[in-house]
Amino acid sequence: MDKFFHSVFLEEENCTGCYNCIKKCPTQAIRVREGKARVIGEFCIDCGECVRACQQHAKSSRRHKLKRDLVGKYDYMVALPSQVLYSQFHHLDDVNLLLTALKLMGFHDVFEVGSAAEILSEETRNYIKRHEGLWPIINTACPTVLRLIRVRFPNLIEHLLPFHIPAETAARIARRRAMEQTGLPSEKIGIVYISPCPSKVSYVHSPLVMEKSEIDMVLGIKDIYRIILPYLSEAKKHVENLRTSGYVGMEWGRSGGEAAGLEEDSYIAVDGIRNVISILEDLEDEKIEKVQFVELNACNGGCVGGVLNIENPFVARAKILKLAQGLARTKKEDLIPYRPEDIYWDKKLEYEPVFQLGNNFAESMVMMKRAEELKGRFPGLDCGCCGAPSCQAMSEDVIRGLTTENACIHILKDRLHTLSKYASEFANNWDNGGSDTQEYIETTRQYINKMSKDIEELDNTIGVKNRTRKDGEEYDIEGAAGEEDL
Amino acid sequence: MDDAVLSLKYHVSPDDFKTAGEASSDVKNKLKKMGLSPEIVRRVAISMYEGEINMVIHAYGGEISVDIGMEAVTIVLKDKGPGIKDIDKAMEAGYSTASERVRSMGFGAGMGLPNMKKYSDEMKIDTTIGVGTTVTLIIRLC
Repeated sequence: MDKFFHSVFLEEENCTGCYNCIKKCPTQAIRVREGKARVIGEFCIDCGECVRACQQHAKSSRRHKLKRDLVGKYDYMVALPSQVLYSQFHHLDDVNLLLTALKLMGFHDVFEVGSAAEILSEETRNYIKRHEGLWPIINTACPTVLRLIRVRFPNLIEHLLPFHIPAETAARIARRRAMEQTGLPSEKIGIVYISPCPSKVSYVHSPLVMEKSEIDMVLGIKDIYRIILPYLSEAKKHVENLRTSGYVGMEWGRSGGEAAGLEEDSYIAVDGIRNVISILEDLEDEKIEKVQFVELNACNGGCVGGVLNIENPFVARAKILKLAQGLARTKKEDLIPYRPEDIYWDKKLEYEPVFQLGNNFAESMVMMKRAEELKGRFPGLDCGCCGAPSCQAMSEDVIRGLTTENACIHILKDRLHTLSKYASEFANNWDNGGSDTQEYIETTRQYINKMSKDIEELDNTIGVKNRTRKDGEEYDIEGAAGEEDL
Repeated sequence: MDDAVLSLKYHVSPDDFKTAGEASSDVKNKLKKMGLSPEIVRRVAISMYEGEINMVIHAYGGEISVDIGMEAVTIVLKDKGPGIKDIDKAMEAGYSTASERVRSMGFGAGMGLPNMKKYSDEMKIDTTIGVGTTVTLIIRLC
């Protein structure tokens, strides 16, 4: 599987080539080329910011579909509901009701991700105590943060908690339990995670810290929300007692919940991808001292802020808190039995220097110098009209050979000004008496042609594709500068 | 300009703790894009940041020039501050002349110069009381 697989993708027909998403992308992974906002796979960390930013709903995420991928494929299916799922329904005050509804829907069993989270909380406490030299320990429950660190913060990799995300731990325990209970082989058992975000899809498809995920399918909360609703009413008739997760497991659904579950004082919890990047910069420079544990969540508010949820993140957070308050803390001896391999990464995270300009230092040095010189020629407006999110990114794109500096409308505009200045000087200074009229016409024509060519290039640059002009005539523009496939 | 050297210049504003660190952050991100080993990047970033903060705390800001060459990164931090009275003392871990206000903000732990020395391969301090200080840091790449 492609190690730069990403779940977020562009639905081309909806994309109008506006600049909203390129400006919102925290890793500058999007470029408007040929009028479409394309994602550079290696830079994408699946944070979902572009999905939130796009007003045309042209950014979507790959995930499984219930009917297409699930029905008839497995003999025994286990649902792994994220604790965030509980916070999406009005008036749900008993988790058992929802878990029963999932069984009525057709799942043979349910395993709460919250229960796996409680195991991870217990193990994290031990890990922190045993690894004082690696403080602050950084959590790894958010795959987007993991992907971000993999491409941008190599010096922080050793601080990462080498634990699977709760859904993976849940999947491993659930699969073993299902095999023991049914006697079925592994491939007949389907483990289905109900996820608040697309980042988990990438985690399963392109695992960074394991050979193969034990999760078979990832469904988005918003995709099965409607399907569950009727089963919720039916479940009221006979509620099964299926809940195993307590207070701590529930709390993981919101920012700060994982850290609070450690019952330690010296932690910080940061949510929102830009805040996360900023704190990672500070951690890398060793600006933050005397902290044992850092909890990072890419979405605002934590997992309740995931883009596959239905409920407003603040309302969902309040519901998580309320549901948690009604639950007891699971005692250590009451945790579901687990093995070390359910928790620990199978392999280490490798740094991927995707932002490196050249193949080696010498080459990169030359490229960086050229990019710096080039940046000085751009206006520094970071307007995005060239299709890149900033003049810095644009300079690097030119140096990488992905576009040309003429994609900058300000550079083109200046060239047009110079041309028109020369043209008018020529016209005004022409001496009607002595010169050859034919030569005058020829030179004038050359000026006009040059200007038309630049104006045409201006159109290409701004990414206008087949846009109808006011007079009804259609522009038909050949491909803009840059590669089709980034 | 030497072909094999990338020269960068930064201005550090006086008394601005919020923006202090922007210059070292910029250098850090450039070095990552240039493919230097994470360990070298870390040493440059931390030693330069300490120098940058020192300029803010003690010296009403100043100018930083960074030369990235094939063999070394050279950072020159130049200020027109009060100068360092006792360099030997300033080099002691934990010794600081920072004000109570600065300390209450979490700075001035007396680790600035010691850390700059620790993370660089070579450090030179040129200081004159009442005129200013120039600190040169060299981090070798091989």
